[in-house]
Amino acid sequence: MLKVYVPRDAAAKALGAEDVVAALRAEAARRGVDVTIIRNGSRGMVWLEPLVEVETPEGRVAFGPMTPAAVTQVFDGGPLSLGLTEELPWLKAQTRLTFARCGIIDPLSLADYRAHGGLEGLARAVAMTGAEIVNEVSQSGLRGRGGAGFPTGIKWKTVHDAPGPQKYIVANADEGDSGTFADRMIMEGDPFVLIEGMAIAGLAVGATKGFVYIRSEYPDAIEVMTEAVAIATREGVLGASVLGSGKAFDLEIRTGAGAYVCGEETSLLNSLEGKRGTVRAKPPLPALQGFMGHPTVVNNVISLASVPVILAKGAAFYAGFGLGRSRGTIPLQIAGNVKQGGLYEIAFGLSLREIVQQIGGGTASGRPIKAVQVGGPLGAYLAPHQFDIPFGYEEYSGQNALIGHAGLTVFDDSADMLKLARFAMEFCAIESCGKCTPCRIGAVRGVETIDRIGRGDPSAIPLLTDLCETMKSGSLCALGGFTPYPVMSALTHFPDDFSATAKEAAE
Amino acid sequence: MPDQSAIIARVSEIIASHQGVEGPLLPILHAIQHQFGHVPQAALPVIAQALSLSKAEVHGVMSFYHDFREEPAGRHVVKLCRAESCQSVGADRVAAHAQARLGVDWHGTTPDGAVTLEPVFCLGLCACGPAAMVDGRLVGRVDEARVDALLAEVR
Ligand SMILES: Cc1cc2nc3c(=O)[nH]c(=O)nc-3n(C[C@H](O)[C@H](O)[C@H](O)COP(=O)(O)O)c2cc1C
Ligand code: SF4
Ligand code: FES
Ligand code: FES
Repeated sequence: MLKVYVPRDAAAKALGAEDVVAALRAEAARRGVDVTIIRNGSRGMVWLEPLVEVETPEGRVAFGPMTPAAVTQVFDGGPLSLGLTEELPWLKAQTRLTFARCGIIDPLSLADYRAHGGLEGLARAVAMTGAEIVNEVSQSGLRGRGGAGFPTGIKWKTVHDAPGPQKYIVANADEGDSGTFADRMIMEGDPFVLIEGMAIAGLAVGATKGFVYIRSEYPDAIEVMTEAVAIATREGVLGASVLGSGKAFDLEIRTGAGAYVCGEETSLLNSLEGKRGTVRAKPPLPALQGFMGHPTVVNNVISLASVPVILAKGAAFYAGFGLGRSRGTIPLQIAGNVKQGGLYEIAFGLSLREIVQQIGGGTASGRPIKAVQVGGPLGAYLAPHQFDIPFGYEEYSGQNALIGHAGLTVFDDSADMLKLARFAMEFCAIESCGKCTPCRIGAVRGVETIDRIGRGDPSAIPLLTDLCETMKSGSLCALGGFTPYPVMSALTHFPDDFSATAKEAAE
Repeated sequence: MPDQSAIIARVSEIIASHQGVEGPLLPILHAIQHQFGHVPQAALPVIAQALSLSKAEVHGVMSFYHDFREEPAGRHVVKLCRAESCQSVGADRVAAHAQARLGVDWHGTTPDGAVTLEPVFCLGLCACGPAAMVDGRLVGRVDEARVDALLAEVR
């Protein structure tokens, strides 16, 4: 019998995985070969998707990017054969802690999950007090992967110490940032790790109920997570007695409705409660008055999915990776105009140059890199003279930039930075929750002002700078407050794109 | 097109099936849109009454979210990603081509009711853009020729 793996990951599907599966079945039938096809998650090498793997006595052998016409190679070998998957340099050089199982196991097999170290963290947590679990997470140095980098242990301690009969854990799976797909990949490729992380969080702070708020743009993730929660509940990982501990924890999957701002934690809570997704003023902190006014942990998917390995291997193990105050590993998402795009998990500290040139292999177009936007639509555009900056929270904020959810979008020299600055303002205007004027009105003015600059009116440049200052200081949340980052970094580092004369000269 | 009373009956069933759900409004709106392809006007007072909200509040929530439609879409919905990673590999060009082919702007539906064109801001396919979603099916590395092929499939 031939055992073949074809990812069910959305990126693999978008690149033809379903047609490859159909072709594989047809070819196997034609040859009279008994084939079992396992729909795994993605290994993260998106440029090789659909990446088909065949089990052999030596290990799994990879073929990619597979096409329906080339499936004969899976049986006979051929130029798409890449050798043993585990030996592929791109994969081998990574430190996969959070994504250790992603792409390897059948995402919906709890037995597979256990066989690959799953539930060890939860089993350990069950034997600990809440305060001990919180302390372990604090010691690991884990900081929120959703963007702000807030220490996860401190957030959990606040909820742990808050009085209240009912507390909640909310996984923020809104992942609206362009250039990011880590949450999607882990939910589709290893859903039980998120479930385990949330159950540990529940035990830690005394919450018995959790929600995973997944954006509606992720139908595959919603499907896999829904099935995984049903399996985990049936198998006693969730439910009235988590792993037989006598402590309850239940999970519910909720679907967003196409609003970027609902990734902001208080907007997300309003949305969960069935309200308009407007941002709430803080205080009160969601940790004290969150879902329905009860103490609530809101954490990004990757923050929560990193907890099981911390509990399983210990805080010191996790904290042993990283740089400065950025401890552990970070799943870099290398995206945009890049030759080798995908998810690359590694300790903090790599330079941007190493990430985009060596790992990413430069642009897909083969042209020089002009800019890299780090941290999604609210993140700065970095220019090549800044590419030595090491990947870490403080290192980026020191450059007026942010790592955000660790998405990196590469642009070649055909990028028009004025157009990208305009887009940042337009996006803010479309997605503003409407609560504060600098964001709601300012973003619309921003588009108009950039259009004036584009028409060759340099007197609008100081207006744009002032407007950005107003948005930065007068916005309640980071949508209005951080949109100035991409705008001002584009203006500062690429002034020629904002000058009509320089543009004409170039044409 | 189901008549008013049929809509109301089905909406009531959907609401009843959400009993016990904490914060049920979005799940209810999603279920109604899944059923009818949009959220019919007639559903609003029924939801409002069941959840002890005003009709204006229900409408206010519905209109906040880009997903919920007050009117049915075309028979096929083509969503094209407009976000930065897709822009870096030509999404603007692809979008302009689709708009020209269909003769519609964003959110527009072709006069024959066949296709509605929607913008989307990221589908999580940022390492294989430009990305599209055609009637719920994801497509990566979309170029002009691919747009033509996709449109030929659905028209
Ligand atoms: C406009 C806006 C959008 C956001 N989108 C997300 C998101 O999609 N996912 C996420 O985890 N955090 C997002 N955040 C950050 C959250 O508000 C919050 O900091 C995070 O969920 C906390 O989890 P963490 O501590 O684990 O990072 C967003 C913030 C803002 C202002
Ligand atoms: S900055 Fe914008 S999105 Fe944030 S609260 Fe204000 S209006 Fe809403
Ligand atoms: S209204 Fe949603 S993108 Fe235009
Ligand atoms: S930016 Fe288009 S799919 Fe993410």
